[in-house]
Amino acid sequence: MKVTVKFFGLLSEVANCDEEVFMTDGHTVTELLQVIYRKHPKLQLQQFQIAQGNKLVTDQIKLTGELIALLPPFSGG
Amino acid sequence: MKSEKIKNIFVQGAITPEFIANSIAKHQVKTQIGAHDIFLGQVRADNVDGKIVSAIEYTAHEEMANQVLHEIREATFEKFNLTCMHIYHSLGSVASGEICLFVFVSSPRRKEVFQAIEHLVEEIKAKAPIYGKEIFEDESHQWKLNS
Repeated sequence: MKVTVKFFGLLSEVANCDEEVFMTDGHTVTELLQVIYRKHPKLQLQQFQIAQGNKLVTDQIKLTGELIALLPPFSGG
Repeated sequence: MKSEKIKNIFVQGAITPEFIANSIAKHQVKTQIGAHDIFLGQVRADNVDGKIVSAIEYTAHEEMANQVLHEIREATFEKFNLTCMHIYHSLGSVASGEICLFVFVSSPRRKEVFQAIEHLVEEIKAKAPIYGKEIFEDESHQWKLNS
């Protein structure tokens, strides 16, 4: 499956881009994360939540092909 | 009044005093309102190890933030007796001293607006995927952390 991943806040500096497309044979967010970590190992040291579509999800959730966002702690306002 | 449509909360750059004044003026026709409350977030020139913050550059997961804000708005209308509610947040660069967040609630009576405004601001800070990058006068930066 082809999944578009967006990196927000500090994570865009760690990944050195805002957005990237990953290919994965996996079916869950955890499996996608393994693919992302292979390319950007430093992301493993960061704290973040994951959103699929516009909803926060857990690692075990199934990939739907919608946009995945890696969201570090929010700092609006 | 309940809003059904997902609104766009984002404004490019600082939220100007004129924008806020206009927003207040638009409510003069809504004569059932007896109380407004307004929260304005202003960019603070923090001193971090001798370096002064000159601006904050805001980015966001815009679509998700608008969806999250829609849910917060609906839940706040359920919780408090409000006539209307407006929320605006900056994107892009906002200089220190300028306004980056404008939250405006109105109700027939004052007690509701005092509670609702605090509730809203805390919810926005906790749940909206918005990011601030603090830019120092020497053009170095650090990512803002909400306390």
